[in-house]
Amino acid sequence: MNRRDHGALTIMHVPLGLILVPLLSALLLLAFGLTRLRKPLVLIASTAIGLGSLHLLFNQLEREVFLIPLNEAPYLTAFGWAGLALGAFLLVICLRRRQPLAALLVLAQTALAWWAEHLTHARHETVTAPLLIDHLATIMAAIVGVIGGLICVHAIGYMKEWHQHHRELPDRRNQFFCVLFIFLSAMFGLVFANSLPWFVFFWEITTVCSFLLIGYARTDEAYHSAFLALKLNLAGGIAMTLGWILIVQRGGSLDLLRIVGSGDALYLLPVVLLCFAGLAKSAQFPFSAWLLGAMVAPTPVSAMLHASTMVKAGVYLIVRFAPVLQDTLAGLFIALIGATTFLITSLIAIGQNNAKRVLAYSTIANLGLIVACAASGQYNAVWAAILLIVFHAVAKALLFLAVGTVEHRLGSRDIEDMQGLVMRHPALAVAMLVGIAGMFLAPFGLLISKWAALEALIRVNPILPIFVVFGSSATLFFWAKWMGKIIGAEPGERPAPDDTHSLELIVLAVLTALVIVCCAVFPWIAEVLIDPYVIAVYGQTMVLDRETMVVMSIMLLLVALLPLSLLYRGGDRFRRVSPYLAGANYDHPYRFTGSAGKEYSMSFRNYYLSQYLPERPMQRWGIAASLVLMAAILVMVTV
Amino acid sequence: MTRNFLAGFAYLLLAPVIGALLAGIDRRITARMQGRRGPPILQPVYDLLKLAHKEPIGARRTGHFFVLGHLVFMMAAGFEFFFGGDLLIVIFAFALSSIFLVLGAYAAHSPFSHIGAERELLQMMAAEPILLLTAMGFYIANGSFRVEEISASPTPALLWLPGIFAALAFILTIKLRKSPFDLATSHHAHQEIVKGLTTEFSGLSLAIIEVTHWYETIMLLGIFYLFLAPYPAAAVLLVAVVYLLEILLDNTSARMKWQWAMKSSWTTASLLGAINLIVIYYWLGVQP
Repeated sequence: MNRRDHGALTIMHVPLGLILVPLLSALLLLAFGLTRLRKPLVLIASTAIGLGSLHLLFNQLEREVFLIPLNEAPYLTAFGWAGLALGAFLLVICLRRRQPLAALLVLAQTALAWWAEHLTHARHETVTAPLLIDHLATIMAAIVGVIGGLICVHAIGYMKEWHQHHRELPDRRNQFFCVLFIFLSAMFGLVFANSLPWFVFFWEITTVCSFLLIGYARTDEAYHSAFLALKLNLAGGIAMTLGWILIVQRGGSLDLLRIVGSGDALYLLPVVLLCFAGLAKSAQFPFSAWLLGAMVAPTPVSAMLHASTMVKAGVYLIVRFAPVLQDTLAGLFIALIGATTFLITSLIAIGQNNAKRVLAYSTIANLGLIVACAASGQYNAVWAAILLIVFHAVAKALLFLAVGTVEHRLGSRDIEDMQGLVMRHPALAVAMLVGIAGMFLAPFGLLISKWAALEALIRVNPILPIFVVFGSSATLFFWAKWMGKIIGAEPGERPAPDDTHSLELIVLAVLTALVIVCCAVFPWIAEVLIDPYVIAVYGQTMVLDRETMVVMSIMLLLVALLPLSLLYRGGDRFRRVSPYLAGANYDHPYRFTGSAGKEYSMSFRNYYLSQYLPERPMQRWGIAASLVLMAAILVMVTV
Repeated sequence: MTRNFLAGFAYLLLAPVIGALLAGIDRRITARMQGRRGPPILQPVYDLLKLAHKEPIGARRTGHFFVLGHLVFMMAAGFEFFFGGDLLIVIFAFALSSIFLVLGAYAAHSPFSHIGAERELLQMMAAEPILLLTAMGFYIANGSFRVEEISASPTPALLWLPGIFAALAFILTIKLRKSPFDLATSHHAHQEIVKGLTTEFSGLSLAIIEVTHWYETIMLLGIFYLFLAPYPAAAVLLVAVVYLLEILLDNTSARMKWQWAMKSSWTTASLLGAINLIVIYYWLGVQP
């Protein structure tokens, strides 16, 4: 055995390690999660998966695909029984909570999955390599490992504070971290899966974890949101299982790479069904409602499952199967669902003053943009979709964690209460400002991606970029006014005492740095990580103008240099005056004497335009439009 | 390449000069329309020099930071445009520059500048789609987002993009801060929100905002030039006509509410801009 093979052998073990380490940690945390061992356990496990996924990222660079051969049959049997057990577990909860519809969906999904396993067994044809490593999988794994790991570390401090704020609830942090790590394990499984049955199994586990974590607080609201998420994702799961059954019945392969590479029309309908499941998981219209409800979960859950990783599984699926959708009307229509979602949810976000809801709507919007790029199936749009996945994961994780930490300081997640945050909690404000800038300003990540998306989509179809153009103008408004809120401070305001857990601050600092570093190394991400995948699948890749990359770097440099001007204090000549109030200021800059000689004070509020952008009717429009599109797709591919 | 750099640096040096002259001529024509004699053509320059020597006062010291960002990224956007670079990048840098001014107004934390900032954001949201649609239109007409290649094309883009041209002319009023869209701040200080966005800026900061506005005006007019780039004389004439019409509109219309600004811009963008884009997409086809 020469050295290269030896190297390859260890690389191949990493995915298995990434699946098993969090699983093992989950069991340990369940047992010892209420003791002092919780912190070291979470730290060690998070570090392990973070380093493991990075190891994969940096060592897999020269090869395109590693296939990991395993005898699939025993695993399939195990998955079958595990699926039954899971179904029974959910059924009990559904019945106990009197959720007949959810119970029915659980039954349907479990039965279908059992039948699908049975059909697959009966065929005596297994996937020889149920796991794979390719560039797309390593990018996703790095997001799950690094961002997910960081969020777990943040959760140590956050959940401690959370339970101090919610003294009425019993401390079940062992279960919390256990489910969180089971979720990470399933996420790795899903990302590395090359066999559809494996993919479906891990997919369903993430649904269950999401359900359990949303319901963590066990309040009525938490239960309601958890069951909503369960029902909508089960509906998606049923579509996915139907796709699986259909492939088996049509005699197709369950090997993902084969499905993608075959170019056979028999896969179109099953892949469309899988993509519907993807839409549900990524909270696109008409399924979007669950992600908003999911915001009742503790913030690390929102950051991890509902922004950076789990919802990305949906778009990951669409990116994976994009070649099947290439040049099909079905693909274009799925892209249109994404584009519609992007436009409508961006507009709705303007009217929200609850920080987590703004983040949730913006997450749905960005996932819509990714769907619009990926489902069009063209190589350059898929390229943009992957770039969006990366940048969105980093910036949104930072924003969610920052909002969570700030919420504990202020006792509120209302954006209006963040007035002058930059003076009261400077460090948290900077993290939040960088996160927001990362979401919509040049030369940061999301804007680079949006630029790539526009350049790609205009080559695909004129309607898609038109949606994107209007939607991204709306994002400009709600992000900028949020930034304005944070930086608008009364003169003389002093920093408030800060008792933030040190681990939370460290994680925020690392993520802030990551948002900036990812922009700085953007050409590297593009060339070394995304290009190889797109070339491997499509034979060509997005050719970016070198000069434009240079321009982006110069802009980043300028942005980095600008804070230096803060050192300039206007010299001794600068005279601070009270803001202009068109009348006599009282003894204080924000109090003035009114016409009747009475003293008035004032406060500042942002525009929300909620009268013009009503949330519910707009949601209904989005749901109606997407249902019509879905029906049209089904008619198209079946007739 | 040398030519590109020369054009870029020429912009950095000359845009404020031409912008100042244009502002002077603008004020003179406006005065004539109102039956006044008007100030000397160089009045904007005198104003600027006076502002620069004023005592620096303000509500917050950080104002300067945002104003510098406003200037630097406007220069970057204009440089990229006259260099011949990617039109999308130009628009993004331009947006970043405007955001800096808005953030400066927010940071000042004063009621008038706060309302000005909110309104400026609304106006940005109103104008942004058309700017981006313009870039899309040029791409379909010429197969490139690069200004260099768009301007080298033998057929004038105006032929393919009449709707987008009209829509862009519509939002030019917003960007020039002219009536009926001088909602966020205005050249005339008799408005209900005082000077809105710029209320809390004074002295050197205000002077920099003025210079940035000149840079902005020249770059925007540059985009109009692109529509007739193959015929330079006609293109200059087109730009002159567009600007004169803006002055006329400024003097003959009253300020509108922001609701109307939003609705009218997005309606124009979708009716003229988007439909124009879709029609030429299928007429011309697109080079992948």
